[in-house]
Amino acid sequence: MYKLTAVTKDYQKGRITVHALRGVDLVIEDGDWLAIQGPTGHGKSTLLQILGALDRPSAGTVEFRGQDLAALRESQLTQVRAASIGFIFQTFNLIPTLSAQENVEAALVPLDVSSAERRERAEQALADVSLADRARHLPSELSGGQQQRVAIARALVKRPAVLLADEPTGNLDEGTREEIMTLLEHLWQEMGLTMVIVTHDSSVARRAQQTGVMKEGRLALELGTPPAAT
Amino acid sequence: MFITYLLRELRRRMRQAIFVGAGLALGIGLVITVIAASSGVSDSQGAVLHSLYGVGTDVSVTQAPVAGSGRPSNFRVGGTQGKAGTTFSRDILLGAGLGTLKSSYVTTISGLKDVSATSGTLSLTDLSLSGTVQSGSQQGFGGGPGSGSVSSSSFTVTGINPADDPLGPLSSATLTSGHGITTAEANSDVAVVESNYAAAQNLKVGSTFKVAGKTFTVVGIARASQSATLSDVYIPLARAQTLASMPGEVNTIYVSAASSADIATVSREISAALPKATVTTSSDLASEVTGSLTSASSLANSLGKWLAVAVLAAAFGIASILTISAVSRRVREFGTLKAMGWRSRRIIRQIMGEALVVGIAGGVAGIALGYGGAALVQSFAPPLTASTVPATASGAAGPGATGGSLGGGGGGLARAASSASHTVSVHLTAPVTIGAVALAVALAILGGLIAGSFGGWRAVRLRPAAALARVE
Repeated sequence: MYKLTAVTKDYQKGRITVHALRGVDLVIEDGDWLAIQGPTGHGKSTLLQILGALDRPSAGTVEFRGQDLAALRESQLTQVRAASIGFIFQTFNLIPTLSAQENVEAALVPLDVSSAERRERAEQALADVSLADRARHLPSELSGGQQQRVAIARALVKRPAVLLADEPTGNLDEGTREEIMTLLEHLWQEMGLTMVIVTHDSSVARRAQQTGVMKEGRLALELGTPPAAT
Repeated sequence: MFITYLLRELRRRMRQAIFVGAGLALGIGLVITVIAASSGVSDSQGAVLHSLYGVGTDVSVTQAPVAGSGRPSNFRVGGTQGKAGTTFSRDILLGAGLGTLKSSYVTTISGLKDVSATSGTLSLTDLSLSGTVQSGSQQGFGGGPGSGSVSSSSFTVTGINPADDPLGPLSSATLTSGHGITTAEANSDVAVVESNYAAAQNLKVGSTFKVAGKTFTVVGIARASQSATLSDVYIPLARAQTLASMPGEVNTIYVSAASSADIATVSREISAALPKATVTTSSDLASEVTGSLTSASSLANSLGKWLAVAVLAAAFGIASILTISAVSRRVREFGTLKAMGWRSRRIIRQIMGEALVVGIAGGVAGIALGYGGAALVQSFAPPLTASTVPATASGAAGPGATGGSLGGGGGGLARAASSASHTVSVHLTAPVTIGAVALAVALAILGGLIAGSFGGWRAVRLRPAAALARVE
């Protein structure tokens, strides 16, 4: 799925250059589940943005399904994100004025799917995360856990090749956190997803197949505990 | 999805949308009101000009009176000296204080290039005097020693040539009964009477009355258009010339040019053909108009126009700033959409759509405000006056008397100069035209597009990673 070679990312903050990533090498195979841990400000989210084609590296190559993302034009990157990459965010990032179903449908808009098919797939996606009865609710009418479920449904409705999650349980209480991680694990197994999760939470990271630790822009991979069979 | 997202977003920031829409409505309403008021002022100015020179007149030709000219208006009562106690009654036609031109000039002018129509008229005053000759060496008229037994009345008479083109003040009038003077009646003692004068004198079609002592029959009653000034009586030109002892003379020639672009050329050609004549174009006359109508015109055209432009520019500016502000508050939202694969142009379309809806709503409200403003102007504007003093106005020598004669030497009993100036009162209208409404719609759309463009520009510059990293 992914092959990163000597990926570097630098930011300019005033007169100071911040080296967010320093020569990261990484290979992620299809169906892998990688958790990335590390202290704040050491490049975890930057790595996730590079993987998600949200940002370009300053140097190095990012191969995704045989394509070097760093060499693509912005419109091509947008196309890749639309078709192949699903995102989940710590703060859910649902559109506040759209209902749960409409939020899920929004992910299908760039794929030029008919409105009937959009509606049908969104209903199914919500059903997959056990939120079919909340389809017409606005985000403000849902709990944190429910909002994250909607976000998961939105990320998965387009059947992406990879799911990228940035602190998906960061804003949830312990009980809900467990709930969400169980759901993600279940979907990973059922759909054969490739999943990359950035997290502070060791209990979340332990569930992954493989764990990496970002420290000062460098990634060190560790073997994680294989997920329990269901 | 587009419409749903658009309407939901506008509902979310309803107060801001109403504020922006209200600003646009105010600007657009002001533009419509100012345009309507300007149109009304232009219509009033046109009506004033029409009242003076009739519909279709572009140029008028007159002659400045020469001092000492004009028909002497003295007359004698029975012999060289009227005996005291003798009663008298005289009815004479006098010139209206204007110089005269030859009737043949009408033909000369109609033969000029770019002239489409001409008409010559003779404006006169019918003066009736009656009373008793007083004893004493000096007899005065109207206030002199030994006077007090003379009464007078007058009315205005204009001679018109039915063979000429229909120009001049009568052309803007409406015949309420009877008919106009026909070419067959060119030498007949017939008259068209102005409706107010007819009512005052109890005249109707078929009635008879005296002009310069001759019996004339009313063939038509004419009502002046709003603010027009008509003579009391219109008779055939030939009869007017005869009765006033002014054969082959007119005192005003009305000219219509082939097109408005030819007016200046026609004016020059007439001046070249008739070097001693006074040639006045409608724009010359417009520049002579004074009064509150002129002030209203300045107000509408300068202050009103710039005020409307300033308010509209402010409304566009505020709409743009608020749209940019709204986009800035939705940075993470747009970053999320971009992360989901939404293209920048789809996001821009969403922003433009929101701004356009607000703009159009403001435009609709602005049109309603404009109609309301125009109605207020029309209802509460005071009547406006317009005065003009033509260059040919003249005074006349005062009265004098010798023995039993009435009247004096050279100057005679001409009307005072004030009779040659015209003051017209008009009620200001403020018509809202289709053009003004179309302009309002265009401005509303433009306002929406400008605001949306600024917002869209702001959204395009967003990098998804930076947008998602923004803490809200």
